[in-house]
Amino acid sequence: MTVRANIPLIFERSTPGRRGYRLPELDVPETPISELIPEEYLRSEAPALPEVSELEVVRHYTQLSRLNHGVDVGFYPLGSCTMKYNPWVHEDLVSLPGLSAIHPYQPEETVQGALELIYNLSEHLAAIAGLSKASLQPAAGAHGELTGLMVIKAYHNFRGEGHRREMIVPDSAHGTNPASCAMVGYKVVEVPSDSRGGVDVEALRKLVGPNTAGLMLTNPNTLGLFDENICQIAKIVHDAGGLLYYDGANANAIMGIVRPGDTGFDVVHFNLHKTFSTPHGGGGPGAGPIVVSEALAPFLPGPVVAKDGDKFRLVMPEHSIGRVRSFFGNFLVYAKAYAYILSHGPQGLREVSEAAVLNANYVMNKLKDIFELPYDRICMHEFVLSGACLKEYGVRTLDLAKRLSDYGFHAPTVYFPLIVEEAIMIEPTETEPKSTLDEFIEVMRQIAEEAKENPEMLTSAPHNAPVKRLDEARAARHPVLRWARQ
Amino acid sequence: MSEKRLYTKEHEWVVVKGSIARIGVSDYAQNELGDIVFVELPSVGDVVEEGEGFAVLESVKAVSDVYAPVSGRVVAVNEALEDSPELINESPLDEGWIAEIEIDDTAQVGDLMSEQEYMEYLKGV
Repeated sequence: MTVRANIPLIFERSTPGRRGYRLPELDVPETPISELIPEEYLRSEAPALPEVSELEVVRHYTQLSRLNHGVDVGFYPLGSCTMKYNPWVHEDLVSLPGLSAIHPYQPEETVQGALELIYNLSEHLAAIAGLSKASLQPAAGAHGELTGLMVIKAYHNFRGEGHRREMIVPDSAHGTNPASCAMVGYKVVEVPSDSRGGVDVEALRKLVGPNTAGLMLTNPNTLGLFDENICQIAKIVHDAGGLLYYDGANANAIMGIVRPGDTGFDVVHFNLHKTFSTPHGGGGPGAGPIVVSEALAPFLPGPVVAKDGDKFRLVMPEHSIGRVRSFFGNFLVYAKAYAYILSHGPQGLREVSEAAVLNANYVMNKLKDIFELPYDRICMHEFVLSGACLKEYGVRTLDLAKRLSDYGFHAPTVYFPLIVEEAIMIEPTETEPKSTLDEFIEVMRQIAEEAKENPEMLTSAPHNAPVKRLDEARAARHPVLRWARQ
Repeated sequence: MSEKRLYTKEHEWVVVKGSIARIGVSDYAQNELGDIVFVELPSVGDVVEEGEGFAVLESVKAVSDVYAPVSGRVVAVNEALEDSPELINESPLDEGWIAEIEIDDTAQVGDLMSEQEYMEYLKGV
């Protein structure tokens, strides 16, 4: 199979007059468009659409798709992002007309099944989080973070404690955490990690105070490590009057094993597109529901679904922060997550997390003698190696990442978290069989050998990919963002 | 009047002439960051506190704050970096300077490392 990288743009394939479809002659009297649309809204020239046949369109996009590496093609060990495989049965399910052919403007009594699905999914997510009530409104993980912080802020304001404007964030946090704080007008206070990779509890004790709004934490954190001090951390923050926010990006490690609510968290967001196998990447669409404690439930964004006897209806929580999304969010994404939860059941979800953790520990233990493992302890769903040991051969983590694609593997997350030098973050997920993990381990071993014997092989990689090493710096400095007609 | 280059533990350098401190990042820092693709400069007139982030370097790997090695007021910025952020990689100690700060208290610079001390410090990083 040869894959050509220099595929022209669809616009460049255009041939004047070529059509995909030819419509029959109009058999009713034609009304001039100028009588239907006011003149100021009419364009003066035809849009510059490519003129191509259907076959050309199909070939064009199929060729483009062959340049891509997705989980359908091969292993995708992208840590902290849980790029797991999504079962195809979800697609069959959401094409059912009862789910796909309904409209958000329909009267409630005609969409009771859809409302029941939203209600039940909310209840299941609350059960998994160990908290009280959910709102499915946020459309993505970072949107969930922002919404959760808005709920925390509304809660403090309601209690006359609007001066609490400091949010504590660990130095290992996802970049979205401090960004979400800034979006709600909070000041970010960074807490360092201790030598085991968890929150430095003594440092935290000194940072909390009367202005503390709360703490944002990912547990397991971005090093893939579970913070065993979480109950103590929660007590310190709660005693100071703050609340605990759980960034659920790494929830794939804990389903059915630990409930964040039991360890003191007040707000949780889940990425349905990470943990509950809905589409991820390429624009999703995503869903980042939040689940909150009883005390925060009145502030949730709405509408949410309430159950009266055997009827379901849409309601706004009493002190709701309002809408954060048009209509009811990405409904068909909920349907997929709901199917995933029901088809696994409580025991099945626990097994998902156990397999994800087992796979990560297996790969970690096979690789830790080849690379460096700065925080050497049992990991959760992911782990972070350091590629600093390659530096003496003039090779960096970036080169290793590029070389992996020559062997048919997607690169892991690199250079994150920032607290590990030349970081290589690997998350196999539960869906990979041991044979794939063994192949990946063997390739990583080979690449480490190549780095010593033939470093040029890495620094000039990739060699077999559709494109050679891209000039990332030039692309970022001088991006070409649109095609201009000659 | 000293013109020797002083360093911080966060890998910024300072050259003080009179009450004006010219600031940039070390060769080690630019090498660790990788290709710089964007520099967010402070504005002339900004008042900065020692230890506070006052400029941002964006590389292909990460986004990093540049911390003010001294307190004072920004009196000049290297506008050439807006179009040519690569100057930080090509010439970190000279053409890649970032800003000049009028120092509140010249005694402050005594807390910084000499070039030799910084080289020793790097061995332990």
